[in-house]
Amino acid sequence: MSLADKYPQEVKKILAKYPPEYKRSAVMPLLYLAQRQDGYITKASVQDIAGMLDMTTTDVVSIVGFYTLFHDQRAGKYRMQVCTDLPCAMRGADRFLEELCSHLGIKVGETTPDGLVTVEAVMCLAACDRAPMFQLQTAEGLEYHENMSVDKTLELIATLKKSGGEVK
Amino acid sequence: MDHILLRHREIKDIKRLDVYRKNGGFQAFQKAVTKMGPAEVTELVKASGLRGRGGAGFPTGVKWSFIPAGVYPRYVVANADESEPGTFKDREILEGNPYQFLEGVAIACYAVEAHVGYVYLRGEFWHLALEIDACIAELEQAGLLGDALFGTDYSLRIHTHVGAGAYICGEESALLESIEGKLGQPRIRPPFPATSGLFDKPTVINNVETLTNLPLILEKGADWYRSMGTGDSPGVKIFSLSGRVKKPGNYELPFGLTFRQLIFEYGGGILDDRPVKAIMAAGASSSLIVADDKALDTKLDYASVRTLGADLGSASVIVIDDTVSIRWVISKTIHFFKHESCGKCTPCREGTYWMMHLIDRIEHGEATQENVELLHTVAKQMQNKCLCALGEFATMAPATGIERFPIDFKASPAGGTHA
Repeated sequence: MSLADKYPQEVKKILAKYPPEYKRSAVMPLLYLAQRQDGYITKASVQDIAGMLDMTTTDVVSIVGFYTLFHDQRAGKYRMQVCTDLPCAMRGADRFLEELCSHLGIKVGETTPDGLVTVEAVMCLAACDRAPMFQLQTAEGLEYHENMSVDKTLELIATLKKSGGEVK
Repeated sequence: MDHILLRHREIKDIKRLDVYRKNGGFQAFQKAVTKMGPAEVTELVKASGLRGRGGAGFPTGVKWSFIPAGVYPRYVVANADESEPGTFKDREILEGNPYQFLEGVAIACYAVEAHVGYVYLRGEFWHLALEIDACIAELEQAGLLGDALFGTDYSLRIHTHVGAGAYICGEESALLESIEGKLGQPRIRPPFPATSGLFDKPTVINNVETLTNLPLILEKGADWYRSMGTGDSPGVKIFSLSGRVKKPGNYELPFGLTFRQLIFEYGGGILDDRPVKAIMAAGASSSLIVADDKALDTKLDYASVRTLGADLGSASVIVIDDTVSIRWVISKTIHFFKHESCGKCTPCREGTYWMMHLIDRIEHGEATQENVELLHTVAKQMQNKCLCALGEFATMAPATGIERFPIDFKASPAGGTHA
């Protein structure tokens, strides 16, 4: 089913933000919508969006590749993205990430065997005063978790698992 | 002194429109639209001496006046792509005091006769984008955005556009490309955005903090604004303080306090009371300042910080103590810029790649002194050759780190000490 059929209101609202002769501007919001639909951006969505905006599929794929929050592969239900940039690292972010991964028995970039969480190291998230911190990305969006410890994070993961993986 | 930007710290619930309006909200915008001409607003902002808070420090009113006469439509874009390691001030404004920011956007739009404004938020500010969308909807309901505002023929609409994880989109021409649905890669200039910006139309791009200053400048006047800060840098600034301090966070202060005051009076001093070793005044793109007495007693304004061979930039002050190796610091910044380089121009794309390989070798204890010198040479070779400031930024910490902290780069076994 195309995005315009599944989310007619949202698609209309997105397109209305930009001058009609520059409808290509809608590519990023539409990619977010596609990601919400499938958890990642499928080839079918790329074709759908390219057709809607008079773009080539190559152009759409290049946008997906350029921006780090778009994913063309399925990963864990939650992407736990830990900031390890300089200010966070001076407050223990690297050690936090290492210990978290060792508790989960995975390496950075890998997914827990139950498919729940993929742990990633990412660049600055504008939360330098509240490290260690991470964002939790799901198909629905993002939320920040700040001033975290490994224990608190493991508790959070246990809660996510119990709730069947629903994020607010 | 009460806050001027971070007013949510005194006024509870100022993020609600009724509370914001009870505290004078949208009177400045109404005054501008009903009683002032656009040029008059621009002149007032020029007279206030307000300078851009995104890092460049360019006078805001002057920037607006570059819009060519007689060319329409025009656009205003608010840059909320805050992504520089060490910078987290715009986020607090958007979270705590969103209507003052949006009133600032509206005033800027009126000043340059734009009828559409865009707010470009980094994708990681997902929840904030939803909140800003809700604020915009409230403003439309309240008749503060939309058609025929305050009984005049002025109309204004504001839209959000959400990025998706790319530091480079904070660079203004890359940001415009991103709104146009392209890769976030900087444009070759000229033409500058003021003449040919978004959708090839005249465009003003201002930082969130810059815009948030506008309502109170209009309400209280240029002299009031100039009564704070220094002659070179009037007004107040939000200093994002991070790193090895006891109390990291945002501090809204007039320009002209010293590094020592910021770090010790406001930041509570250094963790474990260690000595402060180095300061980065403008986030990861900073030159490294040797934190001696002269530096600590230097005033935090654009001109004074320049005397230390550094820039104040967005005033994102990262504090480094003596437990941290500068070698490790520049490894972190180099990896950041390597990851964020957009790949469009060769000096930045290749330069950050080679800097990364050299610093990895140095960090792993596999390097000779020649490798350190080569790293310095690569950084210096990149300077003044890149298409945009990102390439330049990437070189600042490595070049000044090696020059000013040579002892940290003496050939030694692996394992740069750090926190």
